[in-house]
Amino acid sequence: MALEATLRGIRLVGDKTLRIVERVGATAVFLGLTVMHSATSFRRFDLVIREIFYAGVQSLIIILVSGLFVGMVLGLQGHETLQNYGSEQSVGVLVALSLVRELGPVVAALLFASRAGSAITAEIGLMKATEQLSAMEMMAINPIARVVAPRFWGGVISMPLLAMLFSAMGIIGGYLVAVVLIGVDDGAFWSQMQAAVDFRHDIVNGIIKSLVFGIAVCAIATFEGFEAPPTAEGVSGATTRTVVSSSLAILALDLVLTAFMLKGWN
Amino acid sequence: MTNLVEISNLNFGYGSRLVLKGINLTVPKGSLVAIMGLSGCGKTTLLRLIGGQLQARDGSVTVAGHHLNDMNQDELYALRRRLGMLFQFGALFTDLSVYDNVAFQMREHTRLPESVIRDLTLMKLNAVGLRGVQSLMPSEMSGGMARRVALARATALDPELILYDEPFAGLDPISLGVIGQLIRRLNDALGATSVLVTHDVQESLKIVDYVYFVSEGVIVAQGTPDQIRASTLPFVHQFIWGEADGPMPFHYPSRTMSDDLGLKEV
Ligand SMILES: Nc1ncnc2c1ncn2[C@@H]1O[C@H](COP(=O)(O)OP(=O)(O)O)[C@@H](O)[C@H]1O
Ligand SMILES: [Mg+2]
Repeated sequence: MALEATLRGIRLVGDKTLRIVERVGATAVFLGLTVMHSATSFRRFDLVIREIFYAGVQSLIIILVSGLFVGMVLGLQGHETLQNYGSEQSVGVLVALSLVRELGPVVAALLFASRAGSAITAEIGLMKATEQLSAMEMMAINPIARVVAPRFWGGVISMPLLAMLFSAMGIIGGYLVAVVLIGVDDGAFWSQMQAAVDFRHDIVNGIIKSLVFGIAVCAIATFEGFEAPPTAEGVSGATTRTVVSSSLAILALDLVLTAFMLKGWN
Repeated sequence: MTNLVEISNLNFGYGSRLVLKGINLTVPKGSLVAIMGLSGCGKTTLLRLIGGQLQARDGSVTVAGHHLNDMNQDELYALRRRLGMLFQFGALFTDLSVYDNVAFQMREHTRLPESVIRDLTLMKLNAVGLRGVQSLMPSEMSGGMARRVALARATALDPELILYDEPFAGLDPISLGVIGQLIRRLNDALGATSVLVTHDVQESLKIVDYVYFVSEGVIVAQGTPDQIRASTLPFVHQFIWGEADGPMPFHYPSRTMSDDLGLKEV
């Protein structure tokens, strides 16, 4: 009895794992297809600009407000901790490095996945359910080139910009709390930050991260929409999966990227 | 070549279940042919086979002299440029205005200047009596209007072959007559050939040249509208006069009522 239950458990885990691996593989294949069919997007860049508006500009409010709050909290917590070591003037460094290296790319990507990623999935899924994608195919227009690729590139281009804006707002938030509210020295706050943040290792690495996250979120979002069963439940399920899978992908990729960035690539 | 579409000994199924069995059907150039049958009998499937969105399992589908089975995607797309299809619920692009929907294929497939596209688009909309709604979004229109816009879009590039999937479904009696007349008029004005899939007998018998009846995946009757009206085949009779029970039973095959209710025979 116990053996049987254990075996069933193992089988279940194995089955689930296989399915996840399969899904990741299918998403990667779809990503490849999207890239292959991207010529239209670059020839007619207005298609992409439209999607940058929907994915990027429409996410601005949530990104900016969240960035401000996160920065303020960092300022508060950082000041509280650093005070114990008598180095509360370094709060600017702490805020900036946390944001630029980690929180900016990661939190902005998580927000982007739930704001723009889910919208992309729902839109493509509904276009499929209402036969708009089929109609396009019948008009001899490849929906991957015309619908998927512009949304993919619009998202990928938006993501690093949003992450940078998130970090910038966060730094302003940290400044407001630490300097304006608590009274940390203005000059020390900025000069220490300027001295400690390295362009290549902190800012560029942060941008690389957000670019990778953007690719992951947009690949997942377009794939889930395109493969969604053409029903109401199908589309809502796909939307949920986009948010869940993207979030997991972002956090897992962040771990891998951080390890490489700290240890060096070779 | 006198037949624009020729289907011979076609078998098709989803998974293991055969949906279409041994279909033989021809559509002469310039004619308007109806395929009738109950919901779920495989009409949409048949249209998708003609449009090359599905592949025949056995037998052949020939459109304008091309065997669809032997075509690769590029050749198929080239052929589809000569086709127009009206989807069951219109399948208008919900993110584009009426005008942009109709202009869509002209923009995608031609290099016509915008002023010419404008004239053509307005002419197409005029032909379905909807020049006045060019700036509306699809969601702002009634079902009948949306269907007419979809009709304008399907004929935007003056196709040689137009496929209609249930153009009458869900329309009020007046819109129904309007759409029916439009289908006939567009076919004759464009010198096109049309295949009309429908379960609306009365309306389609008024406008078509020839009718095929499909039941359970098999063609059970065919003829001109007059022959069909005069038919004594029980199935055709039941279908035309809308009788609830006949050779097509009201009850889906099932266990007996007493079995389902758990009644015991005494
Ligand atoms: N994608 C699909 N996968 C599996 N079965 C399908 C699919 N599409 C349609 N079917 C089945 O094939 C049969 C014919 O469907 P369809 O051609 O849509 O019928 P109709 O258009 O005449 O109402 C139905 O029983 C339907 O359930
Ligand atoms: Mg159908």
